[in-house]
Amino acid sequence: MGVTVKTFTSASEAAGALSTDRSARYLCGGTLVMRALNEGDVSISTVVRAQDQALTRIDASGPRITLGAGVTFARVLAERDLAFLHAPARSIGGPAVRNMGTVGGNLFAPTPYGDFTVALLALDATVAVQGGFGSRDIPIEEFLQARDRQAGTLVLSVSCTRPASTEAFRYRKIARIKPKGGSVITLAAHLPISGGRIAGARIALGSMAPTQIRARAAERALEGRSLDAATIAAAASAATEGTSPSDNALGSAWYRREIVGVHLRRLLSGQE
Amino acid sequence: MSKIPLQFRHNGRDVAIFVDGGTNLLVALRELIGDMTPKFGCGQGGCGTCSVLIDGELHLSCLTLAETVGGRSVETLDGMKQGPNLHPLQRAFADHFAAQCGYCTPGMLMAAKALLDRNPSPNRDEVIEAISGNICRCTGYEPIINAILAVAGGRASA
Repeated sequence: MGVTVKTFTSASEAAGALSTDRSARYLCGGTLVMRALNEGDVSISTVVRAQDQALTRIDASGPRITLGAGVTFARVLAERDLAFLHAPARSIGGPAVRNMGTVGGNLFAPTPYGDFTVALLALDATVAVQGGFGSRDIPIEEFLQARDRQAGTLVLSVSCTRPASTEAFRYRKIARIKPKGGSVITLAAHLPISGGRIAGARIALGSMAPTQIRARAAERALEGRSLDAATIAAAASAATEGTSPSDNALGSAWYRREIVGVHLRRLLSGQE
Repeated sequence: MSKIPLQFRHNGRDVAIFVDGGTNLLVALRELIGDMTPKFGCGQGGCGTCSVLIDGELHLSCLTLAETVGGRSVETLDGMKQGPNLHPLQRAFADHFAAQCGYCTPGMLMAAKALLDRNPSPNRDEVIEAISGNICRCTGYEPIINAILAVAGGRASA
């Protein structure tokens, strides 16, 4: 093993180390980076860590919540104020993976993983990152589109606004193995209602493209309308627009395109 | 590449070893300490047979960077037996035919212990959830679930 491990006390020092070394990867829970090392990934020669308490902080008291990048899914599940995120957190791994895997790491998890990020994308989360030249906030959609080029930056935290009601945020993961399994497809919907009509609909899909994506055509079908059968049918039939799923062991691209509308209809109509 | 000194508690005993950079905890336990109870299955976090408790919390040792356990307490199946006697979970696994080939058993037992340490009287769904990260290709899971429930029931009535 020819890997150098660099451990820093602050996130900014770790970010500095990442930004100057192209072969460095940041290690948090280990479910992605240790797996790559176990598989003999020679592109990683340096592992960077930070023991910075700011990275594991949860601020869930107000209308806008912030999760440090190093917060594990087990901690999300233990937080009563984060009930709206419990379904996505519970859908990940078994207990050991939830004790290890983190909110920040999930942003980098490739298909068929990255389910928590689907929920964050529907919630229009903001990702705080630190590069060599200071920190900035990036909308999650923009972050995901440039994910492959984020290697030199360190994710500090993610934040989002709490949904107005339990009805306003919905999540559904389709897996072949229950209760644990990789995603065939994952769906999340944020449906704020204003005066009986949907205002600011966001639908996010996992395993329907190389990264988590928004179903913009389905969002347009919902926007400004009440959530009735006709609206739901229109959104469901638009669900595949702009998607580019692939074949993998869990399902074919064809199968994913066939079922995404069905599951979006069920999600929007509140069916189990 | 220089070796990294590492000290932690292993089944209640202090151990000190030198690890290479990037060594995972499973390799450190098996090859450097000689505790062969956690098994190597997939190296990807998919099978669960390398499961250990770190400070009482269930973790996958193959995905844990060894040096991150410095100063912490690591429990493996090797520490489960109580003197010459089997732990009640081990006894129940034997009584309920919960092990066939035995490869998943170390991880299953640690996952079950993690559950019962936190929740002494789980219901069936909670048992299923607790071992959902552990794959068994022999038993069909039912004997394992029944063994864990038998221990939970025994404790509840005791």
